[in-house]
Amino acid sequence: MTGTTADAAPPAAYRSPRGRGTELGLLVLAVLLPAWGYCALGLAKTGTLPPGAATCGAGLGVSALLAHLVVRWRAPYADPLLLPIAVLLNGIGLVLLHRLDLERGTAPAAPAQLLWSALGIGCALAVLLLLRDHRTLRRYSYVCVVSALGLLLAPVFFPPVNGARLWVHMGELSFQPGEFAKILLVVFFAGHLAAGRALSRRGRRLTWLHLPTGRLLGPVLTVWLLSVLVLILERDLGTSLLFFGVFIALLYAATGRLGWIAAGLLLGSAGAVLVGTYEPHVHTRIADWLHPFASIEAGAGAGQLAQSLFAFGAGGATGTGLGLGHSELIGFAATSDFVLSTAGEELGLAGLVALLLLYALLVERGYRAGLGLGDAFGKLLATGLATTVALQVFVIAGGVTGLIPLTGMPMPFLAQGGSSVVTNWILVGLLLRLSDTAGRRRAEAATP
Amino acid sequence: MGPRIRHLALLCALLLLALLVNTARLQLTESEDLRSNSANRRQSIERYDRPRGEILAGGRPVTGSRDTGENLRYERTYRSGPMYAPVTGFDSQVYGTSLLERAEDPVLSGTDPRLAPFGSLAALGGQRVRSPGGRVVTTVRPAAQRAAFEGLDGRKGAVAALDPTTGRILALVSSPSYDPDLLSGTDASVARAWERLNADPDKPMLNRAIRQTYPPGSTFKVVTAAAALDAGRVRDLDAPTRSPDPYRLPGTDRWLSNEAKGCRDASLRDAFTWSCNTVFAKLGVRTGLKAMVRAAERFGFNDAGLRIPSAVTPSTFDTEMDASQLAMSSIGQFDTRATPLQMATLAGAVATGGVIRPPYLVDKVTTRDGRTVRTGGGAGGTRQAMSPSTAAKLRSLMTGVVDEGSGRRARIPGVRVGGKTGTAQHGVDNSGTPYAWFISWAKRPDDSRPKVAVAVVVEDARAKRSEISGGGVAAPIAKAVMRAVLDGR
Repeated sequence: MTGTTADAAPPAAYRSPRGRGTELGLLVLAVLLPAWGYCALGLAKTGTLPPGAATCGAGLGVSALLAHLVVRWRAPYADPLLLPIAVLLNGIGLVLLHRLDLERGTAPAAPAQLLWSALGIGCALAVLLLLRDHRTLRRYSYVCVVSALGLLLAPVFFPPVNGARLWVHMGELSFQPGEFAKILLVVFFAGHLAAGRALSRRGRRLTWLHLPTGRLLGPVLTVWLLSVLVLILERDLGTSLLFFGVFIALLYAATGRLGWIAAGLLLGSAGAVLVGTYEPHVHTRIADWLHPFASIEAGAGAGQLAQSLFAFGAGGATGTGLGLGHSELIGFAATSDFVLSTAGEELGLAGLVALLLLYALLVERGYRAGLGLGDAFGKLLATGLATTVALQVFVIAGGVTGLIPLTGMPMPFLAQGGSSVVTNWILVGLLLRLSDTAGRRRAEAATP
Repeated sequence: MGPRIRHLALLCALLLLALLVNTARLQLTESEDLRSNSANRRQSIERYDRPRGEILAGGRPVTGSRDTGENLRYERTYRSGPMYAPVTGFDSQVYGTSLLERAEDPVLSGTDPRLAPFGSLAALGGQRVRSPGGRVVTTVRPAAQRAAFEGLDGRKGAVAALDPTTGRILALVSSPSYDPDLLSGTDASVARAWERLNADPDKPMLNRAIRQTYPPGSTFKVVTAAAALDAGRVRDLDAPTRSPDPYRLPGTDRWLSNEAKGCRDASLRDAFTWSCNTVFAKLGVRTGLKAMVRAAERFGFNDAGLRIPSAVTPSTFDTEMDASQLAMSSIGQFDTRATPLQMATLAGAVATGGVIRPPYLVDKVTTRDGRTVRTGGGAGGTRQAMSPSTAAKLRSLMTGVVDEGSGRRARIPGVRVGGKTGTAQHGVDNSGTPYAWFISWAKRPDDSRPKVAVAVVVEDARAKRSEISGGGVAAPIAKAVMRAVLDGR
């Protein structure tokens, strides 16, 4: 993917190690593009420039500029693409949410999302300011897993929303603790596997199969069982799939054993089949995936997945244009699970490919940081974070386009949801920190 | 660890590829299927998101629109709905469209690329063009339409009137009618109206003028006379024919009789004026099946392709019959059936020297601001239904019917009116209430061309069976329509 080797001489691109000018330039574009979209939306819907465009653009711009300055100060070697990509995705998300607000006429989601975004950027900057060396985190890997499990279990004590127990409600506020648990678990996985790396080849040998030691196998099974447990208790196929996938990926990165992948996939599929058969909520989703138009044939009108497919179809190659689609047909999850359907309808295949490529670039930059780091923990952490984004995008984008069964997961940066936006910004903050270390390493190697 | 991270990156690339391929499939190859899925409401939302173009009669819209502010935003409204329903048809959010609303839908809904300034060019490039709904200017004359509608006065029946020299349809009425307004919108009342209209035994939504065929009865004698005259079977209108009364149907033991008296050996003129069944049955048989079929088809029978632009149910004249069936067919019975529009065309052909111009209902189509997009006109060219001399003879016969025969009630002082009455038997053993027919044309003496041809059919005339006759019930309606046209209202 990257075209360079981590341990070899640094590539030509890093001759100018800082790239902060590039970042600033891209940031300007990343702020202007959503502002332009906001204006286009206003013109399409009401024929006038929307009054909120300036506020929204300024809010995003000020946050981005602040982030840029902190990066310049505290992580000058950080990858110059990470911040602009995150700002652009966040900005497009704000435009899409505002567009959906116009349709629904209920409490608007975009202003709240703007606040959450600012908070998220603040958290990312806090990561940069407080975490000077990512290896510090390794010391807390067991704290991480305990708090992650605590967070994961918390929603069990709250009433379910739309059939899934994912939320913790406190007065007016509600958040998804599973979101925060995501990062904590990646930290734990990376810490655990970096420590267990040396142990990985010392298991008992059973003809052709190297059995792993109990110390390594124990957490694997624990995590797998926990993910199924989470799924059953909270009816959250997405999160458990994500945890499991990330863990398998890291296991492979750490040990290089394809047997791990095979065993993991086997266990994962067994769990999925079991749950898919016996858990009605999940079963329905699989049935919907296999026959998205069944409800139409039954004369009951289009289901949500069918509506999503219609939206993509209506978009065609170039889309209907912002504000000119019919997102209202998708229904209640339009701002969360199905925000990508609106993008597909109004921005078309062209816009969707651009969005997916932005995510791909973000993921690729994450792996690149991993490749550039010297320590196993850092490598695994960066790889885990990048894989988290990649899997999340694949699961939700694949779900709304009918490629795989639909699982309720927020599209990073696009979907409505404070916990999701904040978490993803923290993730970007960590990647900035990791890439800064990697960049510094490359720069030092380049200077004789 | 580096290579393994690369493997993971490669895996992500594969996942991305899968996403891209699947999205491209949805948005490019399956796009059209998804768009046209019956449960996809986008098409109807887009269709109703702007006022539909108007249908005009006599320069005034007979339609309107109502902004409901709902998802399917604009609803169609109709002015004088029941009167114009056989022309406009309905446009329903739930039940689709009919008649002109259906035939001219691309224009009315604004999807016809010709409505846009460079629309044809854009359509060539595969772009979907959406303009403000265009206007459909009909050929209908409101005064004639009203005269016909009020003449029928709710009785089951239909009227078709046209300008025989151009084919322009001046009136198209079916009765009993319905208000298409009832079918606009999405309320429960729409479904109730639909149910009720469909369950109504009087079939108010049936367009009897173009979609219902009737046995034409004696009005068909025009065709038989034309065939006989063209074939040279009869040369002198006033010479006595050798016709028995009653007439034994060839090859059977059944006897055909007359309502009128004095039909034995009557001349063609007298037989026509008093509508002698025996004379025409025998004449048809003598003229022969081939010549009869040819004549009927020249007048437009057995033509399944007629569109005005709504499809017109073909009028029929059998091409394979034995002599007794031919005898009955020659007086408009047996399997012979005709739409009122067909019979108006037939009357018009007589008036214009045998020339038929295909009837049409759309004068022109314009954009909303009046730029003409296309002009109407019947599909297909003109046809010669009979020789001009035959037409002249038939004009004289038809004038006789109105001047002194069964069609006296269609007389208009100072105007040359030709007509033919008909009382069509139908039902098992002719048990049904007979249909009363009247077809006619009118021409002012100082005009070079006839102005109007009309066909009227009344299914269940509110009268005792014995009094039912085209002359008594249908002729006054035809007269009112002709007057409305002649007065230029």
